[in-house]
Amino acid sequence: MKRSAPYVFLTPAIVLFTLFLAVPIGYTVYLAMLRSKVSGLGLGKGSRREVFVGFDNFAAALSDAELWNGWLRVLGYGALVLVVMLGLALLFALLLDSARVRLARFSRIAIFLPYAVPGVAATLLWGFLYLPSLSPIREILDVDFLGATTVTYSMANVAVWGGVGFNMLVLYTTLRAIPRDLYEAARLDGASEFQIAIRVKIPILVPAIILTTVFSIIATIQVFTEPTTLRPLTNTISSTWSPLMKVYRDAFVTGDLYSAAATSIVIAAISLVLSFGFLRVVRNRAFGEG
Amino acid sequence: MTAVSHRRPRGKAAFGGLAPTALLLIGAIYCLFPVLWVLIAATKSPAELFSTGTLAVGTGFFDNVTQLFAYRDGVFWLWAANTLIYAGGGALLSTAVSAVSGYALAKYRFPGRNLIFNLLIGGILVPAVVLAIPQYLLFSKIGLADSYWAVLLPQILHPYSIYLARIYAAAAIPDSLLEAGRIDGASEGRLMWRVAIPLMVPGMVTIFLFQFVAIWNNFLLPFIMLGDDGKFPLTVGLFTLLQSGANQPSLYNLILTGAFLSLVPLIALFLTMQRYWRTDLSSGAVK
Repeated sequence: MKRSAPYVFLTPAIVLFTLFLAVPIGYTVYLAMLRSKVSGLGLGKGSRREVFVGFDNFAAALSDAELWNGWLRVLGYGALVLVVMLGLALLFALLLDSARVRLARFSRIAIFLPYAVPGVAATLLWGFLYLPSLSPIREILDVDFLGATTVTYSMANVAVWGGVGFNMLVLYTTLRAIPRDLYEAARLDGASEFQIAIRVKIPILVPAIILTTVFSIIATIQVFTEPTTLRPLTNTISSTWSPLMKVYRDAFVTGDLYSAAATSIVIAAISLVLSFGFLRVVRNRAFGEG
Repeated sequence: MTAVSHRRPRGKAAFGGLAPTALLLIGAIYCLFPVLWVLIAATKSPAELFSTGTLAVGTGFFDNVTQLFAYRDGVFWLWAANTLIYAGGGALLSTAVSAVSGYALAKYRFPGRNLIFNLLIGGILVPAVVLAIPQYLLFSKIGLADSYWAVLLPQILHPYSIYLARIYAAAAIPDSLLEAGRIDGASEGRLMWRVAIPLMVPGMVTIFLFQFVAIWNNFLLPFIMLGDDGKFPLTVGLFTLLQSGANQPSLYNLILTGAFLSLVPLIALFLTMQRYWRTDLSSGAVK
């Protein structure tokens, strides 16, 4: 066996990692510590130069009221999405796994189907379904889905619709991997299907539930596609509705790359803190580790 | 004993009877409804869209398709072709890199193995946001922003796929087979190509599918990287169509037809590849 073989095999991954992950991260940190300084009237070459400002941009990002409002909106939206989406995913996975259910195959495929629908298309579909002039829902239910308060729920609905099937499949696959005789033993002890679900299946699912929760936390913090796509249909979503939308606006509309870089690092840090924090809390609770 | 035998049938009725099936069907209808609705909406002519019942099939489907394909000299075709290039090419390259890396990490013991693995896997935790802006800036520095490469290259490395490939390689490739090959004098490259990769094919199909869908559905990266709408994938194209539609409701039937057509290939792929949608996401990912 040649010693160099594994390194040769890993070269493409390492090169890509360096070019598209390590270098951009380093560059973002660098950018976040700069600011553009205008001298004179800001005209002509050399009148704008980059100066080192240390952590000023981070301080600005942390004290930006607009950004905090974005965080609060995303927090409410994220809590709603996480609870409803993962709750439904768990419910559907348990139902599918309980042997006596009918039309299981059809339901599984149907519920997983939205996974194949891009976020833009999903938001577009629901956006049109929310529009008063087109909506079949509005014919039955007189609710303004795109109002200032309701729009958060409407957006959460899009995310739940798109994500429930994938999470259901992860939990369902985990359940299918459990040896069936475990349930037989419980049944012989007189446990009902409901008790088996609560006492046997859910505890086994805990690690998978934790994993899907962490992925969902990371995804909801970075929510961008749904609010951006829904914006053309309503004026209740501002261009800084979510923190990531503010990053986009700063970088590409206002042209302030330095603020955008600092804000995106803050978003990354908050994602990490929340996902690790969540992992810690559930681990202590679920596994009794100190 | 009586208490137990009394409770068992009740438990069955509550969890194994009609109610669970009904709940699942409600879930299925909720998930299918928007897709069915857009299918119907795409058949309506502009006049029918606002006047006929929402679930009544219209007569304008072929007109809509013709109009959509004629829209701005057939830019929709371009978007579709671009999406296929990004998703197909990106997923192929990504699967190849993941398989080779996963194999090396699973089947070789070498200094730095854990370090490399942990570094690569750490990439899962890095949000796309942090990468998007500097990737854009780096690409514009080398003059590649607004090019196919700008969308294709950053999506090749996918830490999670490497992780899956490693698990798959560890389970699917027996060490004895590799040893036998070495005794016969096969080179390491040949062993990988002739022994390892064929054994990894089912796992690679799964990785390919997930990557294909992920790139097809991606919006943020192409939205940031691309300025020329001739290079847009369908997601960004549909978004710009919707933006112009905000002032021209006459575009609504084109948008709905476009949204419907953009779903067809993915749903077809999704249904034909049903058996490959196995996720090993849960296997040991959380320690």
